[in-house]
Amino acid sequence: MKIRTLLILILVITACKGNKNKEESVAQNSQDKETQTTANQDFELEVYDYNGLEKFLTKKDDKVYVVNFWATWCKPCVKELPYFESLNKEYNNKDVEVILVSLDFPHLYESKLKPFIVKNKLTSKVVALDDVDMDTWIPKVSETWSGAIPATIIYKNDNRKFYEQSFTYKELETEVEQFLN
Amino acid sequence: MKNALKLFTALLVILSVSAFAINFETTNEGYEIGDVATDFKLLNVDGNMVSLSDYKDAKGFILTFTCNTCPYAVAYEDRIIALDKKYASKGYPVIAIMPNNTDVKPGDNMDAMKARAKSKGFTFPYLIDDGQKIYPQYGATRTPHMFVLEKTKKGNVVRYIGAIDDNYKDASAVKEKYVENAVDALLSGKSVEKTETKAIGCTIKV
Repeated sequence: MKIRTLLILILVITACKGNKNKEESVAQNSQDKETQTTANQDFELEVYDYNGLEKFLTKKDDKVYVVNFWATWCKPCVKELPYFESLNKEYNNKDVEVILVSLDFPHLYESKLKPFIVKNKLTSKVVALDDVDMDTWIPKVSETWSGAIPATIIYKNDNRKFYEQSFTYKELETEVEQFLN
Repeated sequence: MKNALKLFTALLVILSVSAFAINFETTNEGYEIGDVATDFKLLNVDGNMVSLSDYKDAKGFILTFTCNTCPYAVAYEDRIIALDKKYASKGYPVIAIMPNNTDVKPGDNMDAMKARAKSKGFTFPYLIDDGQKIYPQYGATRTPHMFVLEKTKKGNVVRYIGAIDDNYKDASAVKEKYVENAVDALLSGKSVEKTETKAIGCTIKV
């Protein structure tokens, strides 16, 4: 009986591990979608330095905020964006809000970022962070952040968690649920 | 019963191995300041193998994990070339290592590296971390990721980890040149003041 339990445990562990690797390789093999400047991109992009951005990281209104740091040039970021978009739609009525913080280069806001937002019909709030003093603001986001993206913060009032990793939709949902309960 | 015991032992072995594998994946901390860095033997764009131990006269190294395809790495390319021009003759040559999996990022394969080294006129080795064994030992997580090493009797000691400077966007607007300050301190026998900095970069592709 013990052996059977152990065997199941091992199967579960190795299955999880195999699954994780598979998802990662899928994420990395996904193709970067080139954006075209065809659609209407006549909208104002909100651009902040870190001091300006901080208000999105410190709200205390009992909502769960999912703040994702990404860029159009970051393949694993682009791969996981649809999951954040779905989350924003599915959990909208449960007081969950997704904020996408773009780290695209400022000189590419018009030619890359805005067309990307339009083409992919992003419905989550997108803001751009333009602050070169990264050594100052990265530790303010999280002491544990090495600076690699994608990176995500999930918080509700003073309760917060930082993730330097890629997400699947399921993983994202699991984490958010912890903040809802 | 005997067979059951054997099976149990075998399962225990498998369990401990897979536990180790998972552990290895998640707790890759890399070097801290003061650690002795590993040497390596990696293929250069000129076809030769390069090791730190080849540099008999070096006082240390400016090691950078960088690549062709990351916008931040590209933004810093000219500054890496300038570092080598300034410090190679003073005993701190630049060594560049490309850590990405080239199946995931074909734009970083050896042919592409050769082309980039040629077109930019790299004055330093541009090595490929074939098999991706070296960057995890250093704890590099992104490109570009800099390590300043000082050659000592006990080996090449890590003295600085982080960014090149505090402005990726505009080299002329830089206020603090982290790597230069570190190397200047070491050259004048002082300790490095700012030993670690954070910067946004592209995740190393595995």
